[in-house]
Order: sequence, then C-alpha cells, then structure tokens
Amino acid sequence: MKAEGYSALHEFWINLRGIPNHVYRAMFRGGPPKTDRTRSSFIFGNVFLHLHSVRTHLWSLRWSTTMGLGIMTTAAFLITLVTGILLMFYYKPYPDVAYQSIKDIHFIVPTGRFMRNIHRWAANVMVVAVILHMARAFYTASYRKPREFNWFIGWGLLVTTLGLSFTGYLLPWDQLAYWAITIGANIAQSPREITDALGITAWADIGGLQREILLGSDKVGEEALIRFYLLHVMILPLALVMLMAVHFWRIRKDGGLAKPGNADEMVAEEAKEFYPVFTDAPTKTYHLAAVVKGKTPAVGSGPEHTVPSMPHLFYAELGVLMLTTLICVALAFVSDAPLKELANPLVPENPAKAPWYFLGLQEIVSFSAFMGGIGIPMLCVIGLGLIPFLDREKEGTGEWFGGPGGWKLVKWSVVVGFAGSIGVEAFAIHFGWLREAFPDIPQLFITFINPGTVLTAIYAAYSIWAVRKYNSTRAGALALFTCFLCGFIVLTVIGTYFRGPNWDFFWSPSDWGGH
Amino acid sequence: MTTHPSEKKSRFDPEPMPRRDFLGLAALGSMAAAFALSIFGMLKLPKAAVSASPAKKFNVALPDTHPEGEAFVPPGRNVAVFRDADGVFAISTVCTHLGCIVKTSAAGFDCPCHGSGFQKDGTVRKGPAPTPLPWLKVSKNGALLTIDEEATVKTGTKV
Repeated sequence: MKAEGYSALHEFWINLRGIPNHVYRAMFRGGPPKTDRTRSSFIFGNVFLHLHSVRTHLWSLRWSTTMGLGIMTTAAFLITLVTGILLMFYYKPYPDVAYQSIKDIHFIVPTGRFMRNIHRWAANVMVVAVILHMARAFYTASYRKPREFNWFIGWGLLVTTLGLSFTGYLLPWDQLAYWAITIGANIAQSPREITDALGITAWADIGGLQREILLGSDKVGEEALIRFYLLHVMILPLALVMLMAVHFWRIRKDGGLAKPGNADEMVAEEAKEFYPVFTDAPTKTYHLAAVVKGKTPAVGSGPEHTVPSMPHLFYAELGVLMLTTLICVALAFVSDAPLKELANPLVPENPAKAPWYFLGLQEIVSFSAFMGGIGIPMLCVIGLGLIPFLDREKEGTGEWFGGPGGWKLVKWSVVVGFAGSIGVEAFAIHFGWLREAFPDIPQLFITFINPGTVLTAIYAAYSIWAVRKYNSTRAGALALFTCFLCGFIVLTVIGTYFRGPNWDFFWSPSDWGGH
Repeated sequence: MTTHPSEKKSRFDPEPMPRRDFLGLAALGSMAAAFALSIFGMLKLPKAAVSASPAKKFNVALPDTHPEGEAFVPPGRNVAVFRDADGVFAISTVCTHLGCIVKTSAAGFDCPCHGSGFQKDGTVRKGPAPTPLPWLKVSKNGALLTIDEEATVKTGTKV
C-alpha cells in the first residue's frame, strides 16, 4: 500500500533515503541508549549484554571485590580466540608439515611471530587468571548457596582451560611438544599401574583404552596430531564458550556477586553521588526484571545502592580488557614462544618438561604415574568441587578470608602448606624413596605410599585438625585450599627450576652440564 | 483419582493412566533409547580399528663383530639387542613409567624423563617405573634376527 498523495516510485525513493535511519532504529529497539532507562532496556534487549543485570551493586564494582580476575580470564580467552583464528590461516596439522608451518609463521608470515607470541602469552595469562579467580571466589566464600552450582561450572572452566593449553602444546610438533604429549598420553594410560599390579589388565584395560582413544593409535603420530588439533580448535573452545555462557548467566540469576551482609551500609557514602533509581518513573518496574534467587537489589533493601551497568560496569570491564591486552602484547614483545627441533620419536628431550602449570603435576608423576597423574588430581577436583556442599555455613560470605579462623588460619595454613611440601620434597630428594631402601617392594606400595600421597595425607590431616579446632567446615576448607595452593606453587617451582636431566635435582639450570 | 472397576465408567472419568500420557511417555522413552544407542554407536568411531603405525615385526642383522654385553639399537627402533655366551636377546627401550626412551648406561638403563633406572636385565633399579622393561620375542631367520615388538617373552629368554 502506498501512502496518500505519493506515487509508489516516490515512496520507494523516500524509503531508500531513509534506510540508514531505519536500520539504526531497528537495531536499537528502545531508542538509542542515551538515558538510564533506554540504556537499561538496551542491555535487557541485547542477547550478549543481557548476561549482565541492568543495574550493578556498588559493592560489586569495588576493585577489592573481584580484582577483575574473571573478566581478565575472559579477556585472555578472547585474545587467544582472535590470535588463534589468525594462526589457523597458515597452520597445517600434519606431522613434520606442522613444524614447517610454525616455522613459516615465525619467520615469513607478516606479524606471524608476534601473533603466535600473543597467543602463547594470552594462554599463560588465562591459566594464571583462572587460578587466581578461583582463589578469589574461594577466599571470599562466594561459592555458597545459591552459588554452589556456579562453583561447579567454574571447575569445569578450569579443567577445560588446562585442556586447551595441553592440546595446544602438541601442535608445533617440536621435541618439546612431542615428548610432553607422549608423557601426557601415558599418564592417561597409567591406570594400568593398578590393573597390572592386580593382574587384571587383560580383562579391564581402562588405561590402554584411554590412551588409544586420545592418540587414535599406539603412538603419538598423525592421528594424535589431528585429534589434538580438533580438540584445540573446535571441541574444547565450544565447550568453554558454553560453560562461560552458563557461568555468566548464573552470576546474574544467583543475585549478582556475593556481598557481605553490611554491603549496603559500606557503600552508602558512594551511593549518594548517584542519581536515584525510580525518579523518572520507568514504564516497566525493575522488579519484573529481577526475579532471581537470593537477596537482589529489588528484594528487601531496595535498589538504592545500585548503579546502571551501562556505563559503570561496562567501563570497568573494558578497562580490564585493555589491561589484559596490554599485558599480553607487552610480554609478546619481550619474549618469543619457544620452538625446538623437529620432533624425534627416537630421542627424548632431556629433561622433557610439560608447560609450567603442569610441572607440579609432573613432579608428583615422577613418584607414581597413576597417583600423581590421575589419583591425586581427581581427588583435588572432586574434593574442591564439593566444597560448597560441605561448607553450608553463613558466616563470612562475601568477605575476604571470611569465616571462622579467618586470615589468621590462612596465614598458618600458608606456613603448613609450604613447610609440608618443601619438607616432603626435601626428604624424597635427599633420601630417595621406598624402592631405594627396599628394592623388592611391590609396586602397589609405591603407588599408594609415595611423596605425593604423603603430602596429600598431611594436608588432609591438617584440615581435619582445623575443622575440629574451629568447629567449622569453612575453617577446614580454608586450611585445605590454602595448602593446595601452596603445594601447587612449591611443586611447580621445583619442577620448573630445580629439575634437570634425568629429572635429577639441581640447584640451578647452569649445573645441568652436557648430556 | 482412580475409578473402581465395578463402577460404571463414563468417558469423562479419569483413567488410571491416561492413554495420551502413556503414549507420550512411550514416545519419549523410545526417543531417549534411540539417542542413547546412537551415542554408543558414535563412541565406537574414535577407537581406531587399525593402528596407523608401521609394522612392529622387523628383521635385523647383528654384526658378528658386535661385542658381548653391548647394546645394539636397530635404526629407527626402540629396542636394544644383546649377545652373550648364552645367546641373543632383545629388550624394549620404552620406559614403563611414561613412555620415554631409556638410554643404556653402565648400570643398565636410565630414563631421562623421570629418573627411572633399570638393571642390565631390565628389572627396576630405582625411580617410579612400575614394571621391568619387557623382553621381546627374537627368532632366528637364517642369518637375520626377527624381532617382534608386540610379543613379549619371559625375562631371561635367550636364543
């Protein structure tokens, strides 16, 4: 139907001229986001932005609440995503050819080396940030009801992040990659340590099956490379993105970030600077948008201590994104990603080291493949994953080192964590272990009694002591988690700096000598 | 609410389980079963039926001049072949801990990755290795030796 008084052709001309304006209006349904109200409806109506709540509590915006670590992890992931896609233009996932293509990226492709460096550094930043983010969520007791499930998702994200790092490590197909993956694949096979000792490998070879499915063959070869590539560029990123979407969405649905009970009073001074919420009479009340679990701004205390997410929260997020980019780019400038010789299946690297965040694992793997590579890590993942269901207390939620024991207990746990891990390591390095004293000892003894399991037992005993002393599961969790972090740091440092050829102990890499 | 069988039923009386619910549940159930079976079928795909690696059985000539008790490593193989007064034998050089390649040393074999050590006959001397280095099947094939990397024999079997 044409409008009154115009010819259809004329109207066509008017419509044609109106296209930029109409597209703009169609994009921003509620009008351009220029007032608090239209900004709110903009966030609410945008599929990506609506993962945020339209208003953010001032407490959540405080630097000390989160230190921006979650956003930093996300930012690092986005950087690896962009640089990873760029690297895929030239990378060819086939043995030997893969190595040559990485060399091409390094020496010939314009900006190739820089992009690879950024990719590598962003991956490292992501691992560091995700661990620190987990520590933040733990120490502020943010995992408690109603956020238990999000802590679970967070563990999934941590494991997926480590999986991405591990699969990316093989792709250059150099000596470093080849032997790290050989070791990794054999860790997957290490349940054989148990089935062999029990003599049931012939019927129930779980380890062999895991390794075979991971490698697609009986050795690290072309099948393994294409599998790791598929995991690295497709399966794991997809899993990560899905978990991230759930993770972010749950933050909003669980009532925003965890806050201490007196958060409103603590931000009262800052809140005076902001324009009150309901003065310009919104057509939709905020209550409808905020039907979420827990104490939301709209339940009980009212929305007074919140500010519009746009722009306040978004500025904070973009700031962290820029900071993360700056860190990754600066590191990429000063340090090149490593590339050793072409993979040689006949001569292992000596020492053959995994990426740094797995060297703590490699350290306990050097005592027992199964307990170090599968048993203890599974115990950590399950034990720490279940913390929100074991600690159902209320005290200290949203506060740093909140809960019985508090900072004092954490300080003591740091001492125990460092002393325990350094002590056990020093003993094992100086005296050796059971096999040196009793050469004929059955393997099952070594599997279950080795420095890794002894350290785990010390930490567990100390945590049980903390539970009893403070009569609180939160105290036990504080003790255990702190010990876990300290042990991780000590083992990683020993694996990185103090282990040389034949995984022998050296005070400095300069003592390694020729091999 | 259920009706007693003796009561006269009207088509408005609720059935013990409405037919529609039953059919709906049956449909859902069969769909779930079909998905479960198809996932089981899909999981079969990643487990390769045939391994792409080269043949594990190979022939090798051990030079007559090769000294007793010294390892001979056939090119491209992770095997150490020895000769002594009792005969010829082959020991795998793949570490039983995490698959690195061990090197021969004065004491026997040493692994560069996590410090496992083995005696000259492959039994564990130190470190995390859970089992001895396996002895491999050697058969004489005229002047050549045929070594099968997949067939292990008892420690001490010499030909």
